[in-house]
Amino acid sequence: MLKIGVPSKGRLMEKTFDWFGARGVTLRLSGAEREYSGAVDGVEGVELVLLSAGEIPRELAAGRIHLGVTGSDLVRDKLADWDRQVAEWAALGFGHADLIIAVPAAWIDVDTLDDLDAAAAAFRAAHGHRLRIATKYHRLVRDFLTEQGVADYALVDSQGATEGTVKNLTAEAIADITSTGETLRANHLKILSDGLIHRSQATLFAARQADWGKAERAALGTLAARLGLAVPAL
Amino acid sequence: MTEAATRALEKAAVRAEAERLFAAFLAAGAVPVEADILQPAETLLDLYGEDIRARAYVTADPLNGEMMLRPDFTVPVVQQHMSGGAEPARYAYLGEVFRRQEHLDGRAREYLQVGYEVFDRDAPQADAEVFALFHGLLADLNLRPATGDIGILMAAVKGLTTTDRRKAALLRHIWRPRRFKALLDRFSGRAPLPEARARLLDRLAADAPEALVAAAGPLVGLRGPEDIADRAQALLEDAKAPPLAAPEAAMLYDLLALEAPARAALDHLRGITPLLPAIAPAVETFAIRLDALQARGIDTAALPFEASHGRTTLEYYDGFVFTLQAADPALPPVASGGRYDALTAVLGQGRSIPAVGGILRPGLVAELRGAAC
Repeated sequence: MLKIGVPSKGRLMEKTFDWFGARGVTLRLSGAEREYSGAVDGVEGVELVLLSAGEIPRELAAGRIHLGVTGSDLVRDKLADWDRQVAEWAALGFGHADLIIAVPAAWIDVDTLDDLDAAAAAFRAAHGHRLRIATKYHRLVRDFLTEQGVADYALVDSQGATEGTVKNLTAEAIADITSTGETLRANHLKILSDGLIHRSQATLFAARQADWGKAERAALGTLAARLGLAVPAL
Repeated sequence: MTEAATRALEKAAVRAEAERLFAAFLAAGAVPVEADILQPAETLLDLYGEDIRARAYVTADPLNGEMMLRPDFTVPVVQQHMSGGAEPARYAYLGEVFRRQEHLDGRAREYLQVGYEVFDRDAPQADAEVFALFHGLLADLNLRPATGDIGILMAAVKGLTTTDRRKAALLRHIWRPRRFKALLDRFSGRAPLPEARARLLDRLAADAPEALVAAAGPLVGLRGPEDIADRAQALLEDAKAPPLAAPEAAMLYDLLALEAPARAALDHLRGITPLLPAIAPAVETFAIRLDALQARGIDTAALPFEASHGRTTLEYYDGFVFTLQAADPALPPVASGGRYDALTAVLGQGRSIPAVGGILRPGLVAELRGAAC
């Protein structure tokens, strides 16, 4: 049985259902209201698994699901060598969000990573600790800043309301996802001009480590034809 | 034989190799030292910055806060020495180190390291002693040596005819070649001023930084108006500083790219010293080190030298650096080391002593010896 993991609630789930529906594959909730149980109509041998979007990367890496829909940011952040663990099969064209670095708008002297780096050095000398950047995307942000040669910062974990951490004095800057930038503006923050780390969107991934038996490959072929996609190389 | 039995035999062979190398270090006059496996994360994070989190295992202790599984011995050995070691001193250690791996077919996560550290004020002799000792112990493996000297690079930066602030910025990024190059390109006028910077300078010409901050809306966070005003002032001053003189900048670019056998490199450095007189003491140290190496049987006419060698490794080397590498470039260096004088000052609470050392990977030595026979 080919298992496909889909976010279990909210707009991400609805939009995923719509995307498949528009291509003749009906994903739907089955069972009682609030029961996390789903069904797939239109393709034989495919089972719907409803999961938290944040857990889908891990389930893909472990091979417990064959396909999964989640944000490309989450896969890159949660999986080491992500492209060797999963194949990016199709970008779904919704759930757009940019992972960016933002600093207080009133930092008139900081516009680029170069400025951030220099400000971090001075901040550390003046305040006795490294400039803190609040984020939940530790791997993506650290890799980006290492690659860019930024020093004297520390990542602090923030699992939500990250834009508020600066005002609450638990961080000096943030790295978070934004779509319209409205929450950033409301919290008096601005995006660094070269601070775009990743452009994320909802993406259909295939798990390289999953058990791809004859039945699963057959189902994948049928699904690919229905979705109008080439069968992914696994 | 079962897989487990094979593994046990392999481990025993590596352990035996480690003991043999460790005994050689003791025979060279080193005192054995131990270090805790759980190290306070704070010290290591302060030294290496956030990058170390990607390379070391961090764990939480309910009473002592964040701890790290020992990523190397150098820091604890330096701490022990600085809190009351005799001088000069030689130390040897043997034990596991732990390195987090972010790639699927990554290198070993835990492996034995054997190390040798020398705290001695006769720096060039100590450099030569460490390199010759490692070179001699591994002579049968035909390893490719590589050497460098970050001290020459630092001396060249310190000797530039420019502001202290620019020198400090370059020195701070000496281990990050990409950012270093970007700064150098800007200071020497090869890269234009970023557009936003030019705009800001225009506005600062008309208004005080405090007024611009106030106009930009509510200021949130710990970085205050005085921090911003200080940096604005620094940017204004920097804008007035002339670009690096073209010959000086060219000399620095030339130095960064210098790769030659050590004696030829020395001739080249002596040739450019009149144009960058500040490097003269560092070049002289290099010359004395080469003589000391030659006296210990190293062919310095053939010994490879790269001025930028070691710039991408750990952030504490500030002088002589070396690696000994097997033919397979996918393997990590069999041995590596260098001088870390500044680290002893950072950890010495006011005291410091020149120090140099290196580590060996007995697992690799055993593997290479096994493949050879």
